[in-house]
Amino acid sequence: MTALAPPSTTPGLDHLDALESHALFILREVVAECERPVLLFSGGKDSAVLLHLAAKAFAPQGLPFPVLHVDTGHNFPEVLAFRDRAAARVGARLIVARVQDSIDRGRVPDPGDLASRNRLQSVTLLDAIAEHGVDAAFGGARRDEDKARAKERVLSFRDEFGQWDPRRQRPELWRLYQGRVNPGEHVRAFPLSDWTELDVWQYVAREGVDLPSIYFAHERPVVARDGMWLAVGEFVRPRDGERVEERTVRFRTVGDATGTGAVLSNAHTIEEVVAEVAAATVSERGATRGDDRFSETSMEDRKREGYF
Amino acid sequence: MPVATKDVLRLATVGSVDDGKSTLIGRLLVDTRLVADDHLDAVAAASERRGVGDLDLSFVTDGLRAEREQGITIDVAYRYATTPTRKLVIADCPGHVQYTRNMATGSSTADLALVAVDVAAGLKEQTRRHLVIAALLGVRALIVAVNKMDTVEWSRAAYERVVDDVGALARVLGATSVVAVPVSALHGDNVVERSTRAPWYAGPTVLEALEASDAGAWERSCGSRLPIQWVLRQGGGGRSYAGLVSGEALRVGDAVTLLPAGIETSIRAIRYGGRALDEAAVGLAADVELDHETDAGRGDLIATSPLPRVTRELEATVCWFGDDPLDLRGRRLRLKHTSRTTPVRVRALEGRIDVGSLEVTDADALATNEIGLVRLATAEPLVVDDYREDRVTGSFVLVDEATHATVAAGMVGRPPFVTVRR
Repeated sequence: MTALAPPSTTPGLDHLDALESHALFILREVVAECERPVLLFSGGKDSAVLLHLAAKAFAPQGLPFPVLHVDTGHNFPEVLAFRDRAAARVGARLIVARVQDSIDRGRVPDPGDLASRNRLQSVTLLDAIAEHGVDAAFGGARRDEDKARAKERVLSFRDEFGQWDPRRQRPELWRLYQGRVNPGEHVRAFPLSDWTELDVWQYVAREGVDLPSIYFAHERPVVARDGMWLAVGEFVRPRDGERVEERTVRFRTVGDATGTGAVLSNAHTIEEVVAEVAAATVSERGATRGDDRFSETSMEDRKREGYF
Repeated sequence: MPVATKDVLRLATVGSVDDGKSTLIGRLLVDTRLVADDHLDAVAAASERRGVGDLDLSFVTDGLRAEREQGITIDVAYRYATTPTRKLVIADCPGHVQYTRNMATGSSTADLALVAVDVAAGLKEQTRRHLVIAALLGVRALIVAVNKMDTVEWSRAAYERVVDDVGALARVLGATSVVAVPVSALHGDNVVERSTRAPWYAGPTVLEALEASDAGAWERSCGSRLPIQWVLRQGGGGRSYAGLVSGEALRVGDAVTLLPAGIETSIRAIRYGGRALDEAAVGLAADVELDHETDAGRGDLIATSPLPRVTRELEATVCWFGDDPLDLRGRRLRLKHTSRTTPVRVRALEGRIDVGSLEVTDADALATNEIGLVRLATAEPLVVDDYREDRVTGSFVLVDEATHATVAAGMVGRPPFVTVRR
């Protein structure tokens, strides 16, 4: 008989197992094909899941690549502590590339202490990729996050300037991921491409993946700004006319502390977060990221420049 | 915590530019309330800014600046939707001939094609091309949205003309199921909400047809296949071989053959994420231990019978995406098949498939986006099945040795629906 085995449809396999297996397959394929991979780790939930998957893909051996954190210098302290804990747990070598060093070296202009360094990260990231001779960088980006990300391949080619050209993406057929590049070029590899925010949380719940505490509801002084709740602290100070309020909040994403908003939430446990995310009517970036509000194509523009 | 397991259906939109594929997907997502409020607000704002009405539904998936400027889809957008009964992975593909490579990318992992046809324009050449490519890629279930019914005043005769034309082609191409629905994606008729404008139509809406489709249902294949991706060294000096299971499930104790070497052994243990299993389902990234100590590695394949073929000569069907034509004196190429990559030469170009007549005609070269039959010779042996038997062991890509660009999609074997004219 002629029977067709669709590569994607997997009866007998729970949908999280199917997503997990696909991610493990991508991790192994890139490591087999590329010379010097790294895993980009922000300390957010997606990169935490990615690190968990990477450890699974190569167990009982250790990670066959280092972990790279691009540090904006505007961090939530809970996230930095988590970063070190998570890397140590899987025995990963941690490389930290600092945006402050890029500023000090004059590679990027100093935007001032309280301004977002989100966009500057691209330069620091590309410099680190060049310095370490990286030809493949794993990232935790998901296609459901943004309309430009929705267009991106699982293995996404970057030219020698680190640029993404959405009009010239490589065809990517079946699961034949093809990651070879010429010197100076690299690929970004996104094992979580087909995961949604809800899938990530269901997986965190199933696997007991450790996350920074700020993903769960807690009391915090915040100010309302640009339609978001910003955490008052070292990098966000109240401006004239802004009132500092104590609110029960949690973070849906973790980014530069100057531009990442919190959401009002009473979700204290993983199960409560899963229920909250399942009922959400606003996307995670829409609820929490100031940097996506500049223009219609913020993410596309940043990606063209080499952003995550 | 229990997680509801839902059946997953992967679908790709198929059809010519301007027949309304993106608008159809936009309508489907908006009317099922599967677009986040802020994304919908952004679509409304972009529509206003570009002067294209209150809500240009195509902007839900056409997210690139150039796409919105030109009002076309350039590359595939992936969207994820959950209905009460199943999960949908939607690949909204471009219709323009120039972006055929992107359409093939989106269709290569699809179970079902959602075909949009403008009822007033009828079955266009480009729609035929897409249906042929989808059939080559093994997509056998079709839902045909006969679109823009409002522009022909919901004429039943106009609808049936399109259904007859698409149905005739689909039969020739070997489709196993074809469901046609008269719709207006722009106005929302019969996409999610049932229309009152076509009292003569008693069939499902597009959403109902998607939920009812059995395209994702499993068919047994001809044997289990595990292309080895990576060797894991276990404690105590043992080795296990990691890969994604295809074809059929693999069980502990199964008699297997390690190919291309032809070593007969059996499965001693199966693990997934460090956990021991009796059986690895299709699609699982399992690792297995074999009874005999062998020096298996990446590129080798573990199979149960009936076994795949070991060969260095392939008859294959290719969709050519390179900027320069494919001919016998062309650029140096590499072939990637499962986890093995090898130098390859085009021995013979046996013809070009005319998507209109489905005849194979003599050709010296294949231009960009043309489909042809070739004979290939590889430097290393490959372990293959016919594409129609197994989508994993029957597929390959060709890669330009100099630029590393992917320049062709290849399928082992010949499509049954073409006739060779000599």
